[in-house]
Amino acid sequence: MSRAGSLRGYVLVRIALMIPMVWVLLTVVFLMMRVAPGSPVSATLGGKLPPAEIAEREAALGFDRPLIVQYFDYLWDAVRFQFGTTVTDGQTIGSLIVENGGATLTLTVAALVVALVFGLPLGLIAGRYRETIPDAFIRVFAILGYAAPPFFVGLLAQLLFAKNLDWLPASKMASPITQATAEVHTHILLIDLAIDGNWDGVWDVIQHLILPATTLGLLVMGVFIRLVRVNVGQALGGDYVEAARARGVSERRVVSRHAFRNALVPVVTVMGLQAALLLGGAVLTEQTFSWPGLGTRLLQYLNSRDYIGVQGLITFFALIVVFISLIIDIVNALIDPRVRY
Amino acid sequence: MADPVLSLRDLRIWYGAERGAVRAVDGVSLDLLPGETVGLVGESGCGKSTLGRGVIGLLPAGAGHAGEVNYKGQNILELKPKRLRAMRGPELGMIFQEPMTRLNPLMKISDHFEEVLKIHEPKLSRKEARNRAMEALRGMGIPPTRYKQYPHEFSGGMRQRIMIALALVLRPAVVVADEPTTALDVLVEAQIIRILADLRRNFDTALLLITHNLGIVAEACDRVAVMYAGRVVEQGPAYDITTKPSHPYSRELLRSTISLSTTELHSIPGAPPDLVSPPPACRFHPRCPDAMQICAQQWPTTVATSPGRRSECWLHSKDQIPKGLDAPLEREALAAAEEA
Amino acid sequence: MTATSTVTGTPDKPPIAEPPKRRGGILSKIAQPYKQSHGIQRFMLVTGTLVSLLFIFMAIFAPLIAPFSFDTYQSDGVRFPTQGEPSDLNPWGTTVQGFDVMSRTIYGARTALEVVVLAVAFSLAIGVPLGLISGYVGGWVDRILVLIMDALFAFPYLLLAIVAAFLLTNTIDSGIVVTAIAITVVYVPQYFRVVRASTLSAREATYIEAARAMGARPRTIIGKYLFGNVIQSVPVIATLNAADAILTLAGLGFLGLGIQPDEAAEWGYDLQRAISDAGAGIWWTALFPGLGIVLAVTALTLVGEGLNDVLNPTLRRRRVKKPVISSSAVGPASAPEVESEVG
Repeated sequence: MSRAGSLRGYVLVRIALMIPMVWVLLTVVFLMMRVAPGSPVSATLGGKLPPAEIAEREAALGFDRPLIVQYFDYLWDAVRFQFGTTVTDGQTIGSLIVENGGATLTLTVAALVVALVFGLPLGLIAGRYRETIPDAFIRVFAILGYAAPPFFVGLLAQLLFAKNLDWLPASKMASPITQATAEVHTHILLIDLAIDGNWDGVWDVIQHLILPATTLGLLVMGVFIRLVRVNVGQALGGDYVEAARARGVSERRVVSRHAFRNALVPVVTVMGLQAALLLGGAVLTEQTFSWPGLGTRLLQYLNSRDYIGVQGLITFFALIVVFISLIIDIVNALIDPRVRY
Repeated sequence: MADPVLSLRDLRIWYGAERGAVRAVDGVSLDLLPGETVGLVGESGCGKSTLGRGVIGLLPAGAGHAGEVNYKGQNILELKPKRLRAMRGPELGMIFQEPMTRLNPLMKISDHFEEVLKIHEPKLSRKEARNRAMEALRGMGIPPTRYKQYPHEFSGGMRQRIMIALALVLRPAVVVADEPTTALDVLVEAQIIRILADLRRNFDTALLLITHNLGIVAEACDRVAVMYAGRVVEQGPAYDITTKPSHPYSRELLRSTISLSTTELHSIPGAPPDLVSPPPACRFHPRCPDAMQICAQQWPTTVATSPGRRSECWLHSKDQIPKGLDAPLEREALAAAEEA
Repeated sequence: MTATSTVTGTPDKPPIAEPPKRRGGILSKIAQPYKQSHGIQRFMLVTGTLVSLLFIFMAIFAPLIAPFSFDTYQSDGVRFPTQGEPSDLNPWGTTVQGFDVMSRTIYGARTALEVVVLAVAFSLAIGVPLGLISGYVGGWVDRILVLIMDALFAFPYLLLAIVAAFLLTNTIDSGIVVTAIAITVVYVPQYFRVVRASTLSAREATYIEAARAMGARPRTIIGKYLFGNVIQSVPVIATLNAADAILTLAGLGFLGLGIQPDEAAEWGYDLQRAISDAGAGIWWTALFPGLGIVLAVTALTLVGEGLNDVLNPTLRRRRVKKPVISSSAVGPASAPEVESEVG
């Protein structure tokens, strides 16, 4: 009954359970993209190129083969993280991910940090003082955070902090000078600049990051506040909390040590779903702030009706979400000793 | 005669509810001597658990109280929350019904012990605290090798022993055990009862053992208080009450107990009364086979039926019943009262 | 009956127990949550309901309320200014295309209502039966449905709607119905999960078992017993999903998917057009449609959460006053000093 062994067993089981999920996801994406008549090439370029040329391109990319063959091809490519080459600008999806993934990663991680740093304490306060005035305010704030779409919050933030007060840059990820001087190491601008010791550049990127990260963070923060609030409330009514009180544990300690920690477990559990919310919100936030991430790319291919570009990025997003939920489950097992058994 | 370590005087605990006040405990007086085990028995919903929580001042918001819970010369219900909290643990301990959910699932057993020891005996070094905890666990038959494990790794019986050790590690003068064996199987139950029965020998701990099982009372208790609808209807030495109950309710409760010699099952007709609007006068009269007309009209006086025994029933003061009211309560009236 | 009760101990007069009234009217059923809630909760529920009703009113009577139509760019032959500041003629200013912001915001409510009602209706029509069947029939049907729905559920919901809208617009057409279908794809898995879960638990309930024991056919059980029971959880989700659907609709509009600008006024689309205005310090093109989204979504969320708090008894917290115990009014204290009398 060694703990390491059981944890490894748990992880293996989780990975095994992930496989049918990934398969269904990939199949759903494939079917959705191909349910339409014609091939990705004709759908994208139909009417723009002569039919002969389209047929030629279709043959070159293998779209003239039977659908079932293409399906297995797609599956095989996807598990090797090969998502094809875009029709409109001939880039591999892999290179897009390398190029623009860093910006999306920076944005989502920063947003998550904002959401956690503000959301958890607020949820704790609301749950601890349920049905009081502070609770009502925090609840309304949480609802507003969720109800205000990132592009609206972003626009207001731009108007107020960039235009009127002129405290922060309104859009883009860095000013031209930083862009020009940055050297590529990891494709994550912030880290690249830090590696080179370009601290002015780092500060510049952080300034650019504040508004979008807060905008996106607000969206997820609302969910965190609600979750923590409900769970703290439930945990405070729990049997072990009463037992702790009966042993003379102070109310403060009961809240922080007993209720809060137990309330965090379900929060971690639903973090996987928050990843989905974050990614969706990132697309909107990137568009609002001209943030050069994968969402901006996705939109570009949506607008140019590039089926392979859309399909590739969507497949990648789907795999990322599944992967994150796997990580979350493992983290959950590490925090909550009950999960492993 | 030693002074009682804990004495309840006319204790009332009412819960606020939408329909009105639930009189869970309604005028209870009871003494607990040092090292004594007192059983508190009654059907579910008669206020036993509320009384148990009231004794250690662990009442939910929305509960009103009156009367006294005297411990070491002070009424703990009047204490400031902070003072009361400091007493919970080292002075007043509690063991709960369902051991499965009473330990924090994210804390190791060691964390639970170190937490209480740090709060109540801050001068103790880590090592001393550890030794104290190990000693308490060993006393309950939990091997020290399992000190660092999580609650879910233990069986129900072991968790209850851990809970007991956790209550005893601070050596409280009074422990309230709220149906500590109800959720456990019979063999484990016997084990836990033996541990609790040993308490009075090994420590000077007074135990208020809440249970609905009269078998446990006969086995483990010095004295018994029988509770019905928020009131203690009879109290006295355990042996006397379990062999010669004097209150009709105790008698019926005893007859309902299933034992090896049970040949046919007995139950008390009717259900425990609604505590928002309990029956007038004697609360048991709608279900009482011996009910007289007076029982529905006037509170019975409390009579000492024998040394150390008290019973709240008109049967014991028949000479005080006004003429004519000692006729049996009529059946219609009985049925009507039951419906009310 | 109010939840807060003051109690004075008068045992002689037991509270008069009113027999439960049988109210059949649908109106009183709707009013029930409002009666049961209290305090801040009630305030939030009532506010949410009022604002929601206001939006519905605005949506239905948009042509009467709005000064112009959503695609009017002139009045009396005079063109509106583009990006014009709020004025007497255009109280909330004009957009970059020279439309009246106020009219477009009001008409936006109409678009939102249409899409949301369609989307919720579609999702209900697909999700509820699937959930019932999956939960009741079980077996491989259940397993396959769960797998597909879980996969869809795990998918970032906005991306799902984006892809659906992208494909539908490319293959069928754009417009309100198509956008509603794209949003439906997102919510079907949610209804499916909730309905399936409550079906599973209801299936084991004694009354269903009794019906089965009496030989009721599966159809009858699903239709008559399960449906009635399971449907109770739907109003809450439907309200919350409606809120969510407004956000998804706006998100799609913001990304230029879904409803095209000449078809209807859409808040999300207007906000997209307002991005470039923000750089020039023009606030009115962003503020009003944005507020429309925030208010509508907040109002619906307040209703949904309020209903949830009231209808879901496990979350319900009773606030009751401590009872006042007046000793004199109650029976005598039971006997004290047992021990002292022994001697």
